[in-house]
Amino acid sequence: MSMNNEFKPKIVAFCCNWCSYAGADLAGSSRLQYPADVKIIRVPCSCRVNPMFILRAFEKGADGVIMCGCHPGDCHYSTGNYYARRRMTLLFSMLEYLGIENGRTRVEWVSAAEGVKFSTTMNEFVDKIRSLGENVRLGDLRCKD
Amino acid sequence: MQRLIDRAKELLASGEVARVLGWKKGDLGFNPEPSYFETAESLDNDFVYDGFCGANLSKYMIEASKKDGKTLVFLKPCDTYSFNQLIKEHRVDREKAYIIGVGCKGKLDIEAIKAMGVKGILEVSGADINSDCETLTVKTLYGDKEVSYNDAMLERCHVCKGKEHQICDEVMLDSRDTKDAERFAEIEKIEAMSPMEKFEFFKKELSKCIRCNACRNVCPACSCRKCVFDSNKFDEATKANVDSFEEKMFHIIRAFHVAGRCTDCGECSRVCPQGIPLHLFNRKFIKDIDTFYGEFQAGEDSETKGPLTAFTFDDVEPSIVTERG
Repeated sequence: MSMNNEFKPKIVAFCCNWCSYAGADLAGSSRLQYPADVKIIRVPCSCRVNPMFILRAFEKGADGVIMCGCHPGDCHYSTGNYYARRRMTLLFSMLEYLGIENGRTRVEWVSAAEGVKFSTTMNEFVDKIRSLGENVRLGDLRCKD
Repeated sequence: MQRLIDRAKELLASGEVARVLGWKKGDLGFNPEPSYFETAESLDNDFVYDGFCGANLSKYMIEASKKDGKTLVFLKPCDTYSFNQLIKEHRVDREKAYIIGVGCKGKLDIEAIKAMGVKGILEVSGADINSDCETLTVKTLYGDKEVSYNDAMLERCHVCKGKEHQICDEVMLDSRDTKDAERFAEIEKIEAMSPMEKFEFFKKELSKCIRCNACRNVCPACSCRKCVFDSNKFDEATKANVDSFEEKMFHIIRAFHVAGRCTDCGECSRVCPQGIPLHLFNRKFIKDIDTFYGEFQAGEDSETKGPLTAFTFDDVEPSIVTERG
């Protein structure tokens, strides 16, 4: 058996309990495929995702982080994802400003009925991260180590 | 300056205020420090107000609000934004403060003078608030040197927010608007760089950080009782820099924590012993908030909701960051 040297990205997906996690479930029960590189972390609401979680994921070796939540307007807690949307916009803009490759982070709204969207989004995102390669910059912003 | 002392003594004597929060002479002629004064003698002996009194006294009002009686505090126009923001966050008590809005003609940065190649500085004259504030005479070990007042100003004074006090009980002394640069010019310059250039720029700047926490301690927006950067294992003042995560991400996290609340007072950059331009982080968030959610100046009043505690139904999607190229 030959050794497989292919780059296996580590991808963290924060999925909200009410929509996206159920969407992932639907993708599974519909036998839709998405790469096993995606590790799902279930959160009560996309608003629960503190920007620090995303930075922490990168620091712990993630190559890409995607956050999924209910479509704006459909939040189980009425308004959580509106706040999350502002926060993530600012965080992504800051990461871009710091010179982190564009596209390592993403937000996608996936409802419980969108198993297909979940699977295509994950496939797309994994492809994107594969093309970007390993994340070195975010873990290395201060070179003293 | 004498007028300020006289007025402070008057208020102390009448019992209107129990103490005065101002600046006292430092060990050198150009490093005054924030201080409380409780007697007329101490005001006479130590009180100082000149071009080097850059320190924003708003944050000290958090402690002063817990003391008995009113505190007389001197706030420069830009400091009043921080004070308003602290009222909004219920960190200071307006009733416990007697605010004298003190005039400001731009504050000086001794590091900027040193950066002009002036060595062995003994004394700087011409920094007095009553002077015309055009040239400074720097007395050094190697003779006198003249430098332009404007060139020696702090970075924040070049993007002055104006000479209006946002909140105060009375105004004393004259101010001048020292704005001579675009507030977001530096940010735009960095935004125009390639990702690799940006990364190298920030890596170079952040690698200078010694995690002294001066930026956090001086920041009026960083007023949480318990800070995420304090170690939970030991005394609360212990830095949690055993954790490599906080080492690396400290500045991003700190900037995010104050996003939407930062008044751009520039204290972080002023106090950084390593000269890291920390305002570049805060100002980037301010710029983004302005572009995405409409112009917002924290501390303009003590009522409106901050941009991160509000939303609209048609806010931009985070994908805008990737789409704009």
